[in-house]
Amino acid sequence: MFLKVRLPILLTFFAGLIPIVAFFFKDGTPYVKTLSSSLEQDMVIVSGFALLLGVVNVVQGNVRKIERREKGWFYAIVLLAGMAFMGLFGAAGAMRLFGLPGIGMMADGRPTPFQWGSLYLFTPLQATMFALLAFYIASAAFRAFRIRNVEATILLVAAVFVMLGRIPIGEPLFGPITEWMMQVPNGAAQRGIIIGAALGAASLSLRVILGIERSYLGLDKSE
Amino acid sequence: MEYFDSSRLNALVLLVLFCVFVLAFIQRARSGGNLFIRRIAGLNAIEEAVGRATELGKKVLYVPGIMSIDENQTIASLAVLSHVAGLTARYGAELDVPNKDPLTFASARETVKEAYLHAGRPDLYSDTMVHYVTYDQFAYTAAVSGTMVREKPAANFLIGSFYAESLLLAETGQASGAIQIAGTAEVAQLPFFVCACDYTLIGEELYAAGAYLSREPAMLGSIKGQDWTKAAVALVIVLGAIFESIHIFPGLKSWIGIN
Repeated sequence: MFLKVRLPILLTFFAGLIPIVAFFFKDGTPYVKTLSSSLEQDMVIVSGFALLLGVVNVVQGNVRKIERREKGWFYAIVLLAGMAFMGLFGAAGAMRLFGLPGIGMMADGRPTPFQWGSLYLFTPLQATMFALLAFYIASAAFRAFRIRNVEATILLVAAVFVMLGRIPIGEPLFGPITEWMMQVPNGAAQRGIIIGAALGAASLSLRVILGIERSYLGLDKSE
Repeated sequence: MEYFDSSRLNALVLLVLFCVFVLAFIQRARSGGNLFIRRIAGLNAIEEAVGRATELGKKVLYVPGIMSIDENQTIASLAVLSHVAGLTARYGAELDVPNKDPLTFASARETVKEAYLHAGRPDLYSDTMVHYVTYDQFAYTAAVSGTMVREKPAANFLIGSFYAESLLLAETGQASGAIQIAGTAEVAQLPFFVCACDYTLIGEELYAAGAYLSREPAMLGSIKGQDWTKAAVALVIVLGAIFESIHIFPGLKSWIGIN
């Protein structure tokens, strides 16, 4: 009971309280600020160990998929091969093994295998995913701007003004209207959401620090 | 007092006021006081979404955002995950929780495991339900989108902290025909979720989700305390605008932190 319930709640209490107390002290205050920043560093260390757990889980999950010939098992081979390639060359480069000068470029300007994989495989794939966003925005906008009711019509009219105000040909005429719409009605709505969310976050933090909210530990109120 | 940062006295006053409100309402709730919390459509629809997935014999996909456990939205998301996992355990629906952050992954696994235990169905729990994908944002998006397209889950939950991947996930889910419940406090991502999802928990609704779903008096008390603090903040804003307009208390604006 102590290890599973009380100790995590006590740790959460102190880990949550220290940064709050540190916030009200000046930089250079002994103990408080040091303790607060060391907590942040500890978080990075714990994350590192958890990442190892994640890697093991990825390997286990994908090996299982290949063994059982589950749907899309071929992609699991690609994933494991990619992970092995980047992992091995990344580790070898970082430890300067096999004549590799690091994980960046070689002395003659050629990329190391890790850098090659990063530049010519990983980055283009990332860019492809991000570029898809433009098409998704178009399809979401089409659905949102269909005139179905009064609210959708207001949204459509506002969107047309903002879009016209943001292009060179429409800026002289619609620019000031766009700015007003973004600063006043849009700004007011956003501030309302931000204030509510900030207080909601503070309320949740208080519940977590006081041990009232325990679901993130997998516990319910009875424990 | 030489170490105290006096420029943050305003924040300390608000913090003390907030704690007083929250603790007072928690005390009131514990002593049996009746606290009204408005209906949140997105949270009421969770059972319907899980029920639909069960009837169709398809899986429930739960995406807990892309941030770590030190992000409040992730903690709020895990509270909702606990409820969703409890429902999938009761109904016998399949649950899939892909993770981007390793710490969130560890917490999510523990949350789901305990939810199945509390629901009395530990036999239905499997470690493969909560799995790690990758630490890269767009690789994670590609993996989750692929799951949506290939396996066509009947219900998608996109609850937590999201950035550029929000619309990619929500639109893919919309195209796959799933019922979608989203929730985030990232203001820039909210319009995308509103456009592409059936229900959206907006900002504070996400943080209130754990309390709303558990119906625990102490948790509900904290929501009530939060509402009173919001009322106090609104009053200060209105008074600040009036005082500034008629030039009374000229130092007040800078003291409350408005530039």
